Amino acid sequence: MTLDPPPAVLEVEELSLAIDTDEGRAGILDRASVKLAAGSIHGVVGESGCGKSTLLKAILGVLPKRSRILGGDIRLGQRSLLGLSPEAMQREVRGRAIGFIPQDPFQALNPVFRVDTQLMEPLAAHGFRPDDGLAPEDGGSMRGHLVSLLKAVQLPDAEQALRRYPHQFSGGQRQRLLIAAALACAPRIVLADEPTTALDVTTQLQILKLLHNLARQRRLSMIFVTHDFGVVAQLCDEVTVMYAGQTVESGPVRDVLDSPRHPYTRLLLACHPARQGELAGIPGSVPSALQPPSGCRFHPRCPQARLQCGAAPPSRVQVGAGREVACVLYGGAAE
Amino acid sequence: MGRFILRRMLFVVPSLLGLLVLTFVMLRVLPNDPSAALAGENATPAQIAAVRTAYGFDQPIWKQFAVYLKQVVHADLGTSIVTGRPVVADIALRLPATIELTFCALLFASAMGIPIGTLAAVWHNSVFDHAMRIVTVGGLAIAAFWFAIILQLVFSMSLDWLPLRGRISVGMPEPAPVTRLLLVDSLLAGRLGVFRDALLHLVMPALTLSLGGLASIARFTRAGVLDTLQKDFVGYAEAAGYRRSRIIWVYVLRNSVVAATTQIGLLFGALISSAVAVESIFDWPGIGSYAVKAILTSDYKAILAVTLVVGVIYAIVNIVVDIVHALLDPRVAESL
Repeated sequence: MTLDPPPAVLEVEELSLAIDTDEGRAGILDRASVKLAAGSIHGVVGESGCGKSTLLKAILGVLPKRSRILGGDIRLGQRSLLGLSPEAMQREVRGRAIGFIPQDPFQALNPVFRVDTQLMEPLAAHGFRPDDGLAPEDGGSMRGHLVSLLKAVQLPDAEQALRRYPHQFSGGQRQRLLIAAALACAPRIVLADEPTTALDVTTQLQILKLLHNLARQRRLSMIFVTHDFGVVAQLCDEVTVMYAGQTVESGPVRDVLDSPRHPYTRLLLACHPARQGELAGIPGSVPSALQPPSGCRFHPRCPQARLQCGAAPPSRVQVGAGREVACVLYGGAAE
Repeated sequence: MGRFILRRMLFVVPSLLGLLVLTFVMLRVLPNDPSAALAGENATPAQIAAVRTAYGFDQPIWKQFAVYLKQVVHADLGTSIVTGRPVVADIALRLPATIELTFCALLFASAMGIPIGTLAAVWHNSVFDHAMRIVTVGGLAIAAFWFAIILQLVFSMSLDWLPLRGRISVGMPEPAPVTRLLLVDSLLAGRLGVFRDALLHLVMPALTLSLGGLASIARFTRAGVLDTLQKDFVGYAEAAGYRRSRIIWVYVLRNSVVAATTQIGLLFGALISSAVAVESIFDWPGIGSYAVKAILTSDYKAILAVTLVVGVIYAIVNIVVDIVHALLDPRVAESL
């Protein structure tokens, strides 16, 4: 018997994706890979514009019209999602197999519909009837189910809250509503797109705790996208670091934090104000997706760059239990 | 909500006062001396002077305005020179016909314009979208009287499917006047034959009147839906697994219609104005054709009364629009 890592419930494998813009084709993702293990909270961290939100959109099948997938695969369990019809993605994946928590709670809820209407919608969209109880504690009705959901996200006055409109809630409360919405159809997987960025610091902390507890209680597997390594350290089990559409390093959070391997990860961690007395910064700027650097996209800014780095992207290599890094320094030969 | 409605009604008072001043000034700046017009063509200067005194035209202007105001408050807008009856009675008789026509035209324009505009936005830059834009530009540009005559030629003269003019067939007994809206009254009286007859008479005038409205409703619905489609909550709804059809026809449309209600309200007023031409062509016994006859015969009391009534309708429609707006968007009611 071998001690294999737990099987991935969701796997993005070498996904390359471009969006056709008026100025040309933008290579948003370049062989990006994320492996979400069952029951784990997986942080995807990177600067804004590195493609982390696009990665989530690709998984959910809600990419902008002019985007095209150039290669790679997305698998939910054994099943490839790229081959599914738009109807099947709506019926079986979005909201059902995979819940989604959006970035900006102030913009994500429809201002002219009551909360209950909006929480009811994903349930109705996946074939639940108003008198379906989804769990024994729901009292055998969808409304009961909603009330127990709002209690699970610790929203006070759940009964009244259902009858109110989004603008009658604070930002933190709205994010709780959206978390409840994501959990409505009891998905096993949740994707969270910077769900605390729009909130103030104290509220952020409460929401992070809530997400952590919910993920543990309900045995959820979660991808948590953020630009903040501090959040990753608090919340996540594993992390994947992205730079300009490429996934440069991944592994258990503690290991990556303690001994970052990829030069970009090191610099990114050095940037974090909690780690360093003053902000360190990375010289240069994030490249345009329209004309990304060849090879490893970080090489023009990399202090340890070699000649071969610009030739071809390095392959991912194992550098320890569950750790991978895509860098020639660790033998990731350019392909 | 009650307080909100009350407040909206108070806001109308200044507009109505302004309207009264305007109609009064219109009366005073009429190019020909109203006393001379009233006294008749062959009146002597003495007779004209007598008329002037009798009607109070020799009084100071503010006194005349006070008298005018008092008359309006007592629903006394004078007597029509043409019909010899109080203009208020004339209008009361004819207004329901115009309301019925305008309402049906607006209903048709919305029922067609909103889905067309929505589809054009969803299929943005498609063949349908471009075709819609060409047709609606045409719809705005085509003169109502031309379209009306084409309709009459085709559907009445050639095909004989629809009655040429009027509101009801000659000899068809009218139902007991409850609301004076023929469609409603005939249904209340349970007389389906009359209902059918009235409806057939309504088709061509309502279609003609709705044409311009349909085009503009389609256009601003398209703009509204395009705008709403960019909103974050639409992207969220999709990512959260809502059905596409529900996103468009419930969640997006509801938000777009909130903005559109204002425009539809304004259209109602505009349609009443356009009804003047349409009613004349189809011999529709509403206030539009009444106004045309009044203008042709210099029946200025009637003209002023029609202006006043249309103004009041505008004001009422504005209140209704605000209420509908508040009902559709909870944030509006709270901000006012």
